[in-house]
Amino acid sequence: MSRPMTIAEKILADHAGLESVEPGQLIEVDVDIALGNDITAPIAIDIFKKAGVKNVFDRTKIALVADHFTPNKDIKSAEQVRLLREFAEDQAIVHYYEGGDVGVEHCLLPEKGIVLPGDVVIGADSHTCTYGALGAFATGVGSTDLAAAMITGKTWFKVPESLKIIYNGELQTWVSGKDLILYTIGDIGVDGALYMAMEFTGPVIDSLPMADRMTMSNMAIEAGGKAGLINPDEKTKEYVDPRASRPYKFFVSDEDAQYARVIEYDCSKIEPQIAFPHLPENTVGISEVGTVELNQVVIGSCTNGRIEDLEVAADILKGKKVAKGLRLIILPATPKIWSDALERGFLKIFSDAGAIIGPPTCGPCLGGHMGILAKGERALSTTNRNFVGRMGHPESEVYLASPAIAAASAVLGRIASPSEL
Amino acid sequence: MKLRGRVWKFGKNIDTDAIIPARYLNTSDPNELARHCMEDADPEFPNKVKPGDIIVADSNFGCGSSREHAPIAIKAAGVSCVIAPSFARIFYRNAFNMGLPIFECDKAPELIEEGHEVEVDADTGQIVNLTTGKTMKAQPIPPFMQELIRDGGLISHIMKKMES
Repeated sequence: MSRPMTIAEKILADHAGLESVEPGQLIEVDVDIALGNDITAPIAIDIFKKAGVKNVFDRTKIALVADHFTPNKDIKSAEQVRLLREFAEDQAIVHYYEGGDVGVEHCLLPEKGIVLPGDVVIGADSHTCTYGALGAFATGVGSTDLAAAMITGKTWFKVPESLKIIYNGELQTWVSGKDLILYTIGDIGVDGALYMAMEFTGPVIDSLPMADRMTMSNMAIEAGGKAGLINPDEKTKEYVDPRASRPYKFFVSDEDAQYARVIEYDCSKIEPQIAFPHLPENTVGISEVGTVELNQVVIGSCTNGRIEDLEVAADILKGKKVAKGLRLIILPATPKIWSDALERGFLKIFSDAGAIIGPPTCGPCLGGHMGILAKGERALSTTNRNFVGRMGHPESEVYLASPAIAAASAVLGRIASPSEL
Repeated sequence: MKLRGRVWKFGKNIDTDAIIPARYLNTSDPNELARHCMEDADPEFPNKVKPGDIIVADSNFGCGSSREHAPIAIKAAGVSCVIAPSFARIFYRNAFNMGLPIFECDKAPELIEEGHEVEVDADTGQIVNLTTGKTMKAQPIPPFMQELIRDGGLISHIMKKMES
């Protein structure tokens, strides 16, 4: 009989053709989807060409998404996308997205059913761990690993230890998946899950919508995690079924699986969280923030640019005005989200409030374009990183929070809770 | 192989945005990336660093993005190796894949200061602080990583495997 395993171990064993695996074991696994973007894929394509290989292993299992600097911000970034486009045409890559088709990769791929439960996904983007919310083993790699997978369809892993985090209690008003993951990172630190597969469980996770689950898995990397998994359930099935065009499989952790560490939180005691500059672990509850005045608020990204996030923001911004002198930038994460937000009247609410509505793009999250900070400027953002210089000048500041906090803060011109409105 | 050089010291959680800010990621040209290496941690670093110099940092070096531009920038700036108690996992993987030697050593931040001259024996993991005479040992490089290095990086490794 095989040993009891975690969801991460089960998916890896399945893709390695083994009955069971254990932490520390070095394995080679089949890759279901290998992902690259306009920053990371050009290097992988260059490596691929230099290796002298003619064809990718499977043109249906590679996704190339030109989302980071889209719409191309300068000549150099346009050249990088041209390289992607020519490679995609040459190799007849099925999942190639740019221009009006492009969305932020980690919102786009689940939305289109390209990544599915039970998959092994590697992406040359650290937030590839987002798909753990679907019950996939998904992790970020570099461009060389992407090139290797494009050639062979395989990658190597050291089977990670697992860290189980159980969320008990009841969510308080205005507390979302974003607050739970910020709280977790604040507790365990930015290397608290280094090399580990995080597993988010418990009654609060069971009741959390898919959008919030994806927000949580998205930020596993901010605790150093290799993956951030959630055991798939009925909600996963409801999300996936209308989107999937190939079979998928649910893997669920055994009750007696082994964990390197188990942590339990009482969510009834967790209030909305803010991560102060310059690390996601610098979290404080909203009640302890004090007065922090803002120049800019950004709502969007692979962390919080989904329709549910925009809905929360629209509910708060309805009939309100953005504070004078503050820039509120809203970037729906995919063309479908943009269109849904238009149809549901959210964009009208944002526009009336005085927000700037942009296209689907990673843009300002990584200091690319569409909302860069000047020296000394301060932004609150629904994105995932607040490192030095992340959104612009090295002497600017980024605070991380949920869409609810972002919307309220945009109205009041300082970091604030919607309960203050 | 022995690596010898002058040390530049950095703190904990040096992230990939500090190593190479995303505003320069519209290119993957190593020399261009090298001109901005470590810029947001120390704006003068690209001008100060000399070929062979060594970076010693505290834990979780290279956290954040998966950008391979980070180890590429460090290598192209002439840095011979990076020593830290721990590395973020994607950076760790990238460094081996593209041939930047890195060493995990708990004692390094305590026993090595900026400006010290350090020698690393890449085969044994022995680190000697030539300025103070103190020695310390890095974690042995896992056998699979040694195999990658012997084959000249990940791509040469898989091409060799595919041929055989």
